[in-house]
Amino acid sequence: MIARLVLNGRPRDVDVRPNQTLLELLRDTLGIFDVKEGCDEGVCGVCTVLLDGRPVSACLVLAAGLRGRAVLTLRGLERNGGLHPLQEAFIRHGAVQCGFCTPGMLLTTLAFLAREPRPDREAIRAALEGNLCRCTGYTKIVDAVEAYVRGHA
Amino acid sequence: MLAGGQSLIPILHYRLARPRVVIDINALPLGDIALDDGRVGIGALVRYHQLEESAELARRCPVLAEAARLIGNVRVRTLGTVGGSLVHADPAAELPAVVTALGARLAIASASGRRTVAAREFFTGPLTTVLAPDEIVTGVDVPAMSAHGWAVEELSRRAGDFAIVAVVALVSLDRRGHVDDARVAFGGVGDRPVHAPAAEEALRGREPTAETLARAAQAAREALDPPSDAFVSGAYRRHVAGVLCRRALARALERARPR
Repeated sequence: MIARLVLNGRPRDVDVRPNQTLLELLRDTLGIFDVKEGCDEGVCGVCTVLLDGRPVSACLVLAAGLRGRAVLTLRGLERNGGLHPLQEAFIRHGAVQCGFCTPGMLLTTLAFLAREPRPDREAIRAALEGNLCRCTGYTKIVDAVEAYVRGHA
Repeated sequence: MLAGGQSLIPILHYRLARPRVVIDINALPLGDIALDDGRVGIGALVRYHQLEESAELARRCPVLAEAARLIGNVRVRTLGTVGGSLVHADPAAELPAVVTALGARLAIASASGRRTVAAREFFTGPLTTVLAPDEIVTGVDVPAMSAHGWAVEELSRRAGDFAIVAVVALVSLDRRGHVDDARVAFGGVGDRPVHAPAAEEALRGREPTAETLARAAQAAREALDPPSDAFVSGAYRRHVAGVLCRRALARALERARPR
């Protein structure tokens, strides 16, 4: 069956199996590897993508049900071939260790900041509580988001 | 039946169910919150984030937003639905306890007709309800409770986990500042959400002193017989239920508006 979606700004119609998840569609069919596969049960947050601007676990969405909705993955943040300022902040603050959780952290953060542009540190920690980092680099991740919020740096 | 999919799809991933057909009901017009005098109608496809963000609900029935914030993680709250949580009927889930406390009514439909069922009669066991195989929940009607103070307290092992114990409390006051109405229900302490009429009875008509609250929490605790599991004993659950109940009642009381 055909899944219809707007992927990183571009409308796409893709042939999918009825039981295929959005995660399988993105990685296995479309080769979009900036979306990671982790727990496959919606808990870890590494497969986070934005669906019409809100975070979802791509492993818990059936692709066939997308009905033309907008899906944003990490590569959709690219600006004129360069990194998004939040990505720059993550690099500057050492918020990336193995990097596996990073795409989900970035997308979750941006969806959160779109609704709450001036959060304090506690609010940032709460916003990221559903994204697991097994390098335990949370402090630097929160530092990076805090710096980005303060000065977009 | 696929609504938000945040319980169904993990069940499919685990191969706990292998359905030949999955029916996606997301195109049905059940995604609205309707406000009438004295009641709030919540469509089965209303997502948790709508409960968190609705300004009208914050005025009419704020306990729903407080409970919704405790559900799963932010991604679950994007897609997960009110109807889905109720029909999935996890005994430790937040919304089943909330509708049980509120005394809400569920609207049910099938090809052959419609009926409503009281939330307190809807849940029959773990993941089990009175729904017939050909029925779906189309929405839930909750009483507007703008004068009630409210609180949801929960103990879980990690942020976003199902509750070891959850308690929902609502309290309203009369002109003298005595308890007019009280509603209490628990999640996580039985095979379904547990209504706590003993606690309500211990509060109604009384001056809400610390002692009254403690006595009500004790009455609630004594009526419970929670199960043990791999993580905690039934006795621990029961103890925590009493502690959380007292805290929830105290916080609800602070928020109750005197008439």
